[in-house]
Amino acid sequence: MSGALAQLAVDFSLLSLFAVGGVITVLPEMHRSVVEVHGWMSGAEFAQLFALAQASPGPNILVVSLIGWKVAGLAGAAVATAAVCAPSSILTYAVSQIWQRFRGARWRKTLEDGLVPLTVGLMLAGGYLITLAADHSALAFIVTAATAGVVLTTRIHPLWLLAAGGLLGLTGWV
Amino acid sequence: MNDTRPAGPPRAGELFLRFTQVGVSGFGGVMPWARRMLVEERRWLSAEEFSEALSLCQLLPGPNIVNMAVCVGTRFRGARGAFAALMGLMCAPFVIVLTLGALFTHYGDLPAIAAAFRGISAAAAGLVVAMGLKMAASPRLRSPMAAFALAAFVGIALVRLPLGVFLLVAAPASVAGAAWRSR
Repeated sequence: MSGALAQLAVDFSLLSLFAVGGVITVLPEMHRSVVEVHGWMSGAEFAQLFALAQASPGPNILVVSLIGWKVAGLAGAAVATAAVCAPSSILTYAVSQIWQRFRGARWRKTLEDGLVPLTVGLMLAGGYLITLAADHSALAFIVTAATAGVVLTTRIHPLWLLAAGGLLGLTGWV
Repeated sequence: MNDTRPAGPPRAGELFLRFTQVGVSGFGGVMPWARRMLVEERRWLSAEEFSEALSLCQLLPGPNIVNMAVCVGTRFRGARGAFAALMGLMCAPFVIVLTLGALFTHYGDLPAIAAAFRGISAAAAGLVVAMGLKMAASPRLRSPMAAFALAAFVGIALVRLPLGVFLLVAAPASVAGAAWRSR
């Protein structure tokens, strides 16, 4: 068991440092490590855990908590989650501090002027891709479009919109 | 909703609480909830400051939303703030996902949950789309630099380039463009 814990810690802290762009980009590598290299679970189980993490509120990275839990119980969940968060968070902390120090510096403004347009494009791309992944019916596309429209034009709290979407799903319309 | 910025920087306890709210609200994408909390509700960051912080978080490895919590926490309360925001974001969702995992093992496939989730995901996708459109209102995009936003959308959404490869080329190009414009 402690062998599995150590393995989880090593594997997931390495993934943390390679995950530029989030968990989706390291999903294939995670699958390889968990299913093919260590044989901790079948591919179908891996897919189920991923779906479960998606259905749950919070960062998608919580799929690693479920993987850790499956491999080594609660301790496994805690170790895997800490391992995937710690290295990148420490790096972000260090870089944020340096970044703060250069507030107002000309080079920082130039960097941000260059990077923000890319970030906006990436967020729009994210919206497009997540819509394609989530919507499998015409009504689902209407729900997505209506939600975006309502958020942009009113002050209605978005949880109501998620609840409405959930209700439409339950009635089998989406 | 507040109409003015709060007087002082948020304390660690408040960072923890607000990021807990963000974490437990974030079905199918947490970043729209983080933006709503930071920019629209608490006004801890302006719209541009949020986009700037997100650029940094995207360049760094690790989940963007986790980096965002660390980045915001550091900005207001240093290491303590970073830890508080990170724990807020992760703790409650961690408990919820494991509880769901346990329920799932006992009761197997729950078709009702799957059906409800289809609808929730469709609405959640709308939140991400709306966030992208709000960010596109940035004054930085009312310039030829908008071409880089378009390139990112086409490269990632349509051509499906790997993000790392795309950024390796596009980030230096876009920063060079910004430097040239600011001469």
